[in-house]
Amino acid sequence: MSKTFSIGGIHPDDCKFSKDYPIENFPIPKRVFISMNQHLGMPAVPVVKKGDAVKVGQLIAEPAGFVSAPIHASVSGTVSDVAPYPDFLGKKVLTIVIDTAGDQWEEGIDCSPGVRHEITVTPEEIFKKISASGIVGLGGASFPTHVKLTPLEGMKPEYLILNGAECEPYLTSDYRLMIEHGQEVLIGGELMRRALGEDVNGIIGIEDNKPRAIKLMRELTSKSLQWKVVPLKKRYPQGGEKQLIDALLRRRVASFALPISTGAIVQNVGTAFAVYEAVQKNKPLISKVLTVSSSDLSVQKNYRFRVGTPIADILSLAGAMGKDGNLSPQFAKVVNGGPMMGKPVSNLEAPVMKSTSGLLLFTEEETKRKEPGECIRCARCFEACPMRLQPYLLYQLALAGRTRELEENRVFDCIECGCCLYTCPAHLPLLDQIRLARNASLKNKRKK
Amino acid sequence: MTSTLLYTILSLSILGGLLAVILYFVAQKFKVQEDSRIEQVLEALPGANCGGCGFAGCRAFAEYYINNPDSSSFICPVGGNEAMMHIAQILGREVKEQVPKLAVLRCNGSCQNLPRINTYNGSLSCAVAASLYGGQTGCSYGCLGMGDCVKVCQFNAMVMDPLTCLPVILEDKCTSCGACVKACPRNILEIRPKGPKNRRIYVACANKDKGAVIRKVCTVGCLGCQLCLKACPFEAITIADNLATIDPGKCRLCRKCTPVCPVGCITEINFPPKKQEIGNE
Repeated sequence: MSKTFSIGGIHPDDCKFSKDYPIENFPIPKRVFISMNQHLGMPAVPVVKKGDAVKVGQLIAEPAGFVSAPIHASVSGTVSDVAPYPDFLGKKVLTIVIDTAGDQWEEGIDCSPGVRHEITVTPEEIFKKISASGIVGLGGASFPTHVKLTPLEGMKPEYLILNGAECEPYLTSDYRLMIEHGQEVLIGGELMRRALGEDVNGIIGIEDNKPRAIKLMRELTSKSLQWKVVPLKKRYPQGGEKQLIDALLRRRVASFALPISTGAIVQNVGTAFAVYEAVQKNKPLISKVLTVSSSDLSVQKNYRFRVGTPIADILSLAGAMGKDGNLSPQFAKVVNGGPMMGKPVSNLEAPVMKSTSGLLLFTEEETKRKEPGECIRCARCFEACPMRLQPYLLYQLALAGRTRELEENRVFDCIECGCCLYTCPAHLPLLDQIRLARNASLKNKRKK
Repeated sequence: MTSTLLYTILSLSILGGLLAVILYFVAQKFKVQEDSRIEQVLEALPGANCGGCGFAGCRAFAEYYINNPDSSSFICPVGGNEAMMHIAQILGREVKEQVPKLAVLRCNGSCQNLPRINTYNGSLSCAVAASLYGGQTGCSYGCLGMGDCVKVCQFNAMVMDPLTCLPVILEDKCTSCGACVKACPRNILEIRPKGPKNRRIYVACANKDKGAVIRKVCTVGCLGCQLCLKACPFEAITIADNLATIDPGKCRLCRKCTPVCPVGCITEINFPPKKQEIGNE
C-alpha cells in the first residue's frame, strides 16, 4: 500500500520522458560563473581575487555566518572576475568567474570510481565534513544541510527521511541517481543518520511511479534494520517536506514550527549522495545531476554538471539551441526546476547552481496563460491546497492589501506549491498574488 | 371598520410622538460637539481621499490640521497652494507657500531604446513581475511597463503609451499625491517640483550598474560618466552608484548639462527648442 499525505493535492501528468536516459558527465565548460548566493541565508564571502589560480575543489568563498555555506571551485583555472552578474532571474548576484585550464584537482580528493562502503568517521567528523563541503538541500530550497542536522534544544530527531518522491513532473534526476548510485545514496543517508544519533530510524520515501527505484532501494536495504523503503502515491506535492512527514509519519508540522518539532528530518536523495561524496571521497559539492527535458522527445538528457556551467552551454549540448546562439524556435520558455515550482529563466547566460534540478523547455502553446475570468466560488483551490488554506480568500485579501486579515488566514503557511493555480477553472493568478502578499508580510514581520 | 382604522392611526401617532420626544432628549444628552471648522476645512479640501498628505483621508487630515497649530509642514498636495491658503484663511493661520510638484518617470527605456529580451506571460502586474524576476529587458532597474502606477492613479493623470511601453504623466492632471511612487516596485517614479513655467530638468534613468553593463542593454541609460557633473556651473548634479541625479533645489535650468550627455538621458520638459548657436560653438 502506498502512503500519501492527507490534505489536498493534485494529479498532474508526470511526463517523465527522460527517465530512461542515463546520467552523462557534462563536459567541463570553458568558463564557469559561480554565484555567491547558492543557498538560503547569508551570501558567501569570496576568498579569492581576480588573477588567482584555483584547483577543482578549492575553497573560493567562506560562509558568512552559521546559516550559510562555503563554495568551492568546480573547475581549475584562473579567476577572471569577482563582480555582480545577473543570475537566471536577471537579478544581480556577486559571482566568481573562472576561466578553465585543464582539470587539476585539489589534493586529497578521491576521484576513483569505486564505492567506499566502510564508515570510519565519528559523528562529529561527519558533521564537520558536511558543513565544510558546502552541502545544501538539493531538493530545491538549498537550505544549508549542516543547519538542518544541528540538534535544537528540546527536539530529538527520531526519523531521518530520505526524500526520493520527486513529485514534480518531468524531473528525473533523483530517479536516475537512485537507480545508478543507489548504494552511494544509501551510504550518504546512513552517514547523516549516524550524525544525528544511533537510535534514529531511516525512511526512504519514493513515489510509486518509480517501481524500479523502489525495488532497487528495497534490495539494498533488505539487510538493514534501521532503514526501510516506503512507496508513496503519485500525487503532487508529495515531496514537500511537510507533506512527506504527514504521509510517512502522520504528524503535522504546526505553523511557524520547524519540521524537526515532529521528530523528523527530511533530506533529499541528491543531498545524501553529496554527503557520501563529501565524507567518503572528500569531494565538496561541485557537481550535481540535472534533467533537461521537454515534451519534444528529441531533447531529453540527464547530466552531471559542474556548478556554474552557463545554462546556454547545457541547452546547446542537449540540442535545444539553434546555430545562432538563441533558443530553438519551437521552444518559448526555459524553466529552472520543475514545472510546478520552478522559475522561468530570463537570462540564458546565467549559470546553473548547486540546487538546479532541471532545465525544462516549453513551447509557446504550453506556456500560454489563459485569460483570467471571475471567481465562481467553486472551492477547487481550497480542495487542492495541501496546507488547507483558502486561496480564493487570500487572493482577494492580497488584492485589497489587507495584511492583518491575510495573517489571520495563515498566509505564512503557503508553501507556494501552485496547486491552487493549477486547479483554478477561472485561471486566476492566485499564487502570484498570494506569494506577493506573503513575502510582503514576512518582510514586515522581520522588521518588527 | 372605521374604528379599526381609527385605533391604528391613533396608536401609531401616539407611539411616534412618544419616540420623537425620547429621541429628542437622547440627542440632547449625547450631543457631539464637533468643531465647525472641520466642515469648512473639508469643503476647502479637494475631497479626493487619496492619502497623498499621509493621512487616511481628507477628514483625518482636516482634524489633525485644526488640532495641531504647528502642522504647517503637512500640506494637501492635491489642493496645492490654493487650498492651503483657503484653509489658512479659515483658521486664521500663516501658511508657507509650497512649490507645486508632480511625478516624473526616471526611465526612458522605451521598446526602441531598451530591447525586450524575453516575454512575460504571468499575471499582468508590475509588483508580481518584480517579485518573480529581473524583468523583460536586461535592465533590472527600469520600468516594467505593466502599469501598476496607471492603475492606482485616481486622477487619470497617467496613461500607458502603447508605442514606448512607458507610462506618461499628464501634467495638468497630476496632483503629486504620490500614489504611483508607492505603487512602483522599481522606485523609478519621483515627485519633483513642477519648476518655473512648468520647466524642469531631470535624469531619466535609475540604473546603478556600471556604464559598460548598461551600454549592452539600453541605449539611453545613465553611464555615470560625470560629463554633466563637470558641465554644471551650480553644483546641482551629484553622481552616486554610477547614476547622476539633479537636485531640483540647486538647478537653475541653464541647460548646460543636456547637450553634453552622451546618451541623452537628461530630460528637459517644456523648454523652447534650442537655438542653433550651441551647435556652432
